[in-house]
Amino acid sequence: MTGCFIALGVLVVSACAALAFGRGGRAASAIAACGAVAAAALALPDAIAVLAGDVPAEVTILWASPIDELRFGLDPMSAFFVVPLVVLGAICAIYGAFYLDDQRARRHLGFPAFFYNLAIAAMLVVLLARDAIGFVIAWEIMTLASYFLVTFDHAQSEVRRAGWVYLIASHLGVAAVLSMFLLLGSHGFAFTDLAASGRADGGAVTVAGILGLVGFGVKAGLVPLHVWLPEAHAAAPSHVSALMSGVLIKLGLYGILRTTTFVGDAVPWGPVLLSVGTIGALVGIALALYQRDIKKALAYSSVENIGIAAIGLGVGFWATSAGEPTLATLGFCGGLFHIWNHTIMKGLMFLGAGSVLHGSGTRDLEQMGGLLKRMPRTGALVILGTVAIAGLPPLNGFASEWLIYLGLARGGSAADSSVGLPLLFAVAAVATVGVMAVLCFVRLAGIALLGSPRGDGAAHAHESGRGMVLPMTVLAAFAIAMPFVAPLLVDALTPLLVELGVEAPSSVAAHDALVDLAYVGIALWSGIIVVYLVVRRLARRRRESETWGCGYVAPNPRMQYSGASFAEGMHRLLPGVLRAKINVPYRTELFPPPVDLRANVEDPFTRAAYEPVLDRLARRFGQLRWVQRGLLHIYILYVVLAVVVTVAIVSLRDFWGGP
Amino acid sequence: MTLETILATLGKVVVIVAVPPFLLGVIARTKAWFAGRVGPPLLQPYYDLFKLLAKGTVVSRTTTWVFVAGPAVALVAAFFAAAVVPIGGGRALWAFEGDFIVLAYVLGLARYFTMAAALDTGSSFEGMGAAREATFACIAEPAFIMGLLAIARATGSLSLSGFLGPSIVHVWSVASASLVLVAAGLLLVLLAENSRIPVDDPNTHLELTMVHEVMVLDHGGPLFGVVLYGASVKLYVFAALLVRIAIPIAEPAWLAWLAFLGGLVVVAIAIGVIESAMARLRLPYVPALLLSACLFCALALVLLAR
Repeated sequence: MTGCFIALGVLVVSACAALAFGRGGRAASAIAACGAVAAAALALPDAIAVLAGDVPAEVTILWASPIDELRFGLDPMSAFFVVPLVVLGAICAIYGAFYLDDQRARRHLGFPAFFYNLAIAAMLVVLLARDAIGFVIAWEIMTLASYFLVTFDHAQSEVRRAGWVYLIASHLGVAAVLSMFLLLGSHGFAFTDLAASGRADGGAVTVAGILGLVGFGVKAGLVPLHVWLPEAHAAAPSHVSALMSGVLIKLGLYGILRTTTFVGDAVPWGPVLLSVGTIGALVGIALALYQRDIKKALAYSSVENIGIAAIGLGVGFWATSAGEPTLATLGFCGGLFHIWNHTIMKGLMFLGAGSVLHGSGTRDLEQMGGLLKRMPRTGALVILGTVAIAGLPPLNGFASEWLIYLGLARGGSAADSSVGLPLLFAVAAVATVGVMAVLCFVRLAGIALLGSPRGDGAAHAHESGRGMVLPMTVLAAFAIAMPFVAPLLVDALTPLLVELGVEAPSSVAAHDALVDLAYVGIALWSGIIVVYLVVRRLARRRRESETWGCGYVAPNPRMQYSGASFAEGMHRLLPGVLRAKINVPYRTELFPPPVDLRANVEDPFTRAAYEPVLDRLARRFGQLRWVQRGLLHIYILYVVLAVVVTVAIVSLRDFWGGP
Repeated sequence: MTLETILATLGKVVVIVAVPPFLLGVIARTKAWFAGRVGPPLLQPYYDLFKLLAKGTVVSRTTTWVFVAGPAVALVAAFFAAAVVPIGGGRALWAFEGDFIVLAYVLGLARYFTMAAALDTGSSFEGMGAAREATFACIAEPAFIMGLLAIARATGSLSLSGFLGPSIVHVWSVASASLVLVAAGLLLVLLAENSRIPVDDPNTHLELTMVHEVMVLDHGGPLFGVVLYGASVKLYVFAALLVRIAIPIAEPAWLAWLAFLGGLVVVAIAIGVIESAMARLRLPYVPALLLSACLFCALALVLLAR
């Protein structure tokens, strides 16, 4: 706990120092990165100690009147999220210092450095807070700090729009979270008080639970609350996208897990999270596979992965209430472990996308190609990242999906058909998500990195410096190592499972399954390395030539399959609502002129649901414009009226002997 | 470990390594018989492989290490899959809980690298093949998983060696209709995954219409030999699964082996007959065929989970 507090201090001080000394030099980024690394070094031992079985710490700080006291604590649930936060925070800070370096002459780098460290500090407080007031304040600071990070390139209009959407979505989410705390807070706002009032029966508790799910679901990117996510992730600088996708949206899941400890069984968490997760995973990957902007594709894949994690947690909650501790352990371990794994691989992918953007100057898939030749290290790391995030063995993405699969399949083949059948169909759904992810990511890697360049930027791309490649290499090493250390990790999750309500967690099954998978990993790695070397040796008598064009001898890069054509077949098979709106004018003349094809890939939920509703609301509210006079004395009148009415209501209620 | 188990394991390894190309020979011979030709010798695929491995190769200037990794990963993945599929009348070389899910994903890894190697050439034909492969896999995979889950649910085991063992005999006696549905579904998946008619035509000379063959258009010599060998091992994997579902004989050992190897040949002949008797479907209709495989397997799952 002490380490975490010192880390907080270091983060805030380094943030302010970066702001103060950051004008026009490298100092700001350096100070902030050092602060983030020091904070990681300070907070990590604490978190690991708690995960390894230390007694959870609690601290109460007395404060001025309306707040009275702030409670902080570090229990296994918080510690589990602190680890990826500080580790990825430090890695992205180092990367970010080099990533933004070329902006040094034009921009004051103190601001992004300040908001970056402030965001990490706020997220740390969110995880440490043990009462609603501190939690909400930190949550709000986190949102605002990340808003300023997202809008770093605010000269572009789409970045401003992305920031605006993020701000609105986040605040609708906060409104739901606040309402949940108010509903539960009749006996006080400490988490223990909330849990106590959550145990009381009544519809209010269920409503509170749903409000929590919705409010935190906005942050987590649960479908259909995910619409802010792709825009904000595409707009933000890449190391910020990595931090947001890797950690910030996970705090939404943390919030949901906290909510479950308040309201208990008032909401059937198992079926709810299972269905929300399945829908999220399917919709997320369906939208990811035809995006042209690589960062948008990655953001939608985050929606998918949050869905998969939610499926795992759903299995855990379902099995807990069904009294199946082994299954609950499989589900929870799978879901939680997937959170860590996604932090690693999505961190790697966004940093890789940043490096590609840095080297080739574009985020547009159709302008890329042949980057593996020009950026060999970034390219290889990104290919590794895509294999991991497509959930393929022997990398880490599959390791956690594996536990979720086993939880679903075991539950499905044992339970009676009313429960078993949905679980088995969930297995099929996760498998479908898996192959669609392969399509999505082979498209990303194949079109961007392989083949020949489609644009000038890609043709003249350059490899990024060590400062950017090294952080990616560290994440790639994690992605390779994770499946092999996973058996040790699941045992450490036992206290967290107890906190989530599993009565006698038994990690034996999860442990054994991961040991099996580690052997598979060893077999695959050694097999692939040996066979690759043998095949390369067999093909040593080689001659170089052009790509075979079926007799055509002058191929050019424009003849390559493009990202759009690669996804076209699957795009056609998607349900209509999830498809892009493609508009090709139909010409009937004998000699038709050139036509424009326009594809609107705006999020279908924004296009079909949010925008029409919000537009109508905006028109309605527009009719209330007359209230807004722009005259100070009218506003003072409003304030006075409001006070008078409030006082009148309260005193009338007292007069009639209300409670 | 006794000498006997070591010999048995070695025998299984030999079957996995040696038998697969023979199946290609049987298919070619069956098709030749239907066409009224004598056809190539049954061992022709082996001669082809040896010839290809001894050749030099021409590679495209745009390619990178991914181009070589494609065939290599596909071969390793196919061997891994062959190792977890039960063989003869007994267990697989390697069995663990949930191995059929790992099998599907390892084949996914092979697909990833085959497609990446295709895109590495920058050829539009190969990109087209890769896109088709990826799209069809999105429908074939759920059918495969649901089919095997249905059997898993009926036998109460989550390992291929467990649920394709003696317990499936009992399932045949109580729910044969569902197993027929699963077998039909898996046969369609086999045809799709191994690029056979009616999904793909391995012998066409029109690159525009192919799926798997066009992806490996630029691989020549030893690289193509490895591709061909990997594809035959993959065919063996799916054929072996089908045989073990359809002919679950476990005892005595000689009859089980006879049934297994005979079954493989029967599957190969059946593929040859299908290829001779019908034409390749138009590409837009392939998803419908695969969806029917999905429906077969989903229906079996519902029937067996009831």
